[in-house]
Amino acid sequence: MSTEATTIFKRPEALQEVITHYCPGCTHGVIHRLVAESLDELGVRERTVGVAPVGCSVLAYNYFNVDFMEAAHGRAPALATGFKRCRPDMIVFTYQGDGDLASIGMGEIVHAANRGEKFTTIFVNNAIYGMTGGQMAPTTMPGQKTTTTPAGRDVEQFGYPIRMAELLSSLRTPAFIARVAVHTPMHAINAKKVIKKAFRLQKEHKCFSLVEVLSTCPTNWGMNPFDATKWVTSDMQPYYPLGIYKDPEREET
Amino acid sequence: MAKKLMKGNEAIAEAAIAAGCRNYFAYPITPQSEVAEYLSWRFPEVGGVFVQAESEVAVGNMLFGAASTGKRVFTTSSSPGISLMQEALSYMAGAHLPVVLVNIMRGGPGLGGILPSQADYFQSVKTGGHGDYHLMVLAPSTVQEAVDLMILAFDLAEKYRNPVMMIGDGMIGQMMEAVEFPEKYSEPVSPEGSDWALTGAKGRKPRIVRSLFLDPEKLEENSLALAEKYKKMREDEVRHELYKVSDKNRVLMVAYGTMARICQTAIDELETEGISVGLLRPITLFPYPGKELYAEAAKPNIEALLDVEMSVGQMIEDVERFTKGIKPVEFYGRTGGIVPTPNEIKDKIREMLNIKK
Repeated sequence: MSTEATTIFKRPEALQEVITHYCPGCTHGVIHRLVAESLDELGVRERTVGVAPVGCSVLAYNYFNVDFMEAAHGRAPALATGFKRCRPDMIVFTYQGDGDLASIGMGEIVHAANRGEKFTTIFVNNAIYGMTGGQMAPTTMPGQKTTTTPAGRDVEQFGYPIRMAELLSSLRTPAFIARVAVHTPMHAINAKKVIKKAFRLQKEHKCFSLVEVLSTCPTNWGMNPFDATKWVTSDMQPYYPLGIYKDPEREET
Repeated sequence: MAKKLMKGNEAIAEAAIAAGCRNYFAYPITPQSEVAEYLSWRFPEVGGVFVQAESEVAVGNMLFGAASTGKRVFTTSSSPGISLMQEALSYMAGAHLPVVLVNIMRGGPGLGGILPSQADYFQSVKTGGHGDYHLMVLAPSTVQEAVDLMILAFDLAEKYRNPVMMIGDGMIGQMMEAVEFPEKYSEPVSPEGSDWALTGAKGRKPRIVRSLFLDPEKLEENSLALAEKYKKMREDEVRHELYKVSDKNRVLMVAYGTMARICQTAIDELETEGISVGLLRPITLFPYPGKELYAEAAKPNIEALLDVEMSVGQMIEDVERFTKGIKPVEFYGRTGGIVPTPNEIKDKIREMLNIKK
């Protein structure tokens, strides 16, 4: 048996060696890592371009070790479309929160998905606007208290939370659409497989791919990190079921 | 190359190909939809990319992404569509992206009308988006000049890494004129070797194309870098044309685009009556030929200036600003899609000079 030490766990090459600004208990860091591992394992880091959103992950370009664009609020799928159409040989992904993608950027994501743009979207759903300080998001749960719904989200006034994975799956254009979570190690391991598959399908020039990731926001939910992970299970998962919603390797109907 | 009779919009599309541009993003809007229709069959012949976007908001942002590759990219639209691109224009200027846009202007505000107008001078020259930035603005007066400026626009956009907008009224897009294209078309430029384009972080640190600078000192630095480019443009890129300017002129007219051609007809006809009028036609609206205008206006034979526009008076603010009150500045304009006739302009000149018909 060799006495040499073997590295069994290290920082992915696609992540920079910096400390992030994310709050304690926020799962952005985990999601960043899963994306970075996928890029490394597929061997595409050196030809990848990310698109950062407006929201908590606005500074994602400081954390990933790949070329990046910083988009206007909600427009990441349009930037990704423009880039990918000019450089189909490169790997392009957008990293967007729920306010960015499901509110101000609803038009851009629906049409990019419907055109079957060959890029990947990582959609981080934490049911709230984080960066601006905890306002209602289109994905805020019924009754959930936010700074703009102090009495809880009233579905009579604001409707029900938007289920993006389901909505985008209704489009006829082939795509890979999934919803995962990362609040437990088991969920994170599964999320990794799904995220990697989304990027693999892009690498194979197959289709548009989007992975919705249920995430936590203990700071703006007013919870400690442990309670926040429990809330994902108790309150978010029943409304936002995990699973593969659309898969070009499984269909077509 | 032999001259061809072509509609302005189609000539603009072909000029982009001649400039080596193969990437076009657009949304249909009258009176410029022929550009997209032309490229829909022409681009497949030359290996171009055309995406019909879901909105002009998306078009602007697709340009951001496409320009970040370092390849030549452009769009065309008309006034209400250009309004929707103001967000992206601000971001692209802030991120130092070279991109070419064409605004075939129609009457506004709001949905306005679909007939020729020059009512987007403020929006183009003073900019319609937020922040400290400028577009470079070119104004052709003939279809041939639209072709020539279109080719120049791509060079200027790359030279300054700044959005360049060519503005023409609806006539420039719709009328047919004889045009000549370069003998040899430019080949698309490869972005490999670029020191800023996003080509993948292979053997180098990652590059970021952005307009976000949370540190106020960094943001000021970026804004000053932009200001430095605009200073350079003012020094090196001012373009204008003089028509029948002489020491006999009593009035100096100022007009751009097709409006200037109508002024030329008025000048020719007034000449037969013994009334001498000259014209200064700005070709670049930003940077503006302000010094050149002042020099002409200061000449002792010039009694007054007449600014003529297809608007209720927008460029006149720059004419007054650059001539610093040295001579009276009068205005004549029609708007809403109505084009001033040579007779209307002649009447205005006679009125200014107290000359009865």
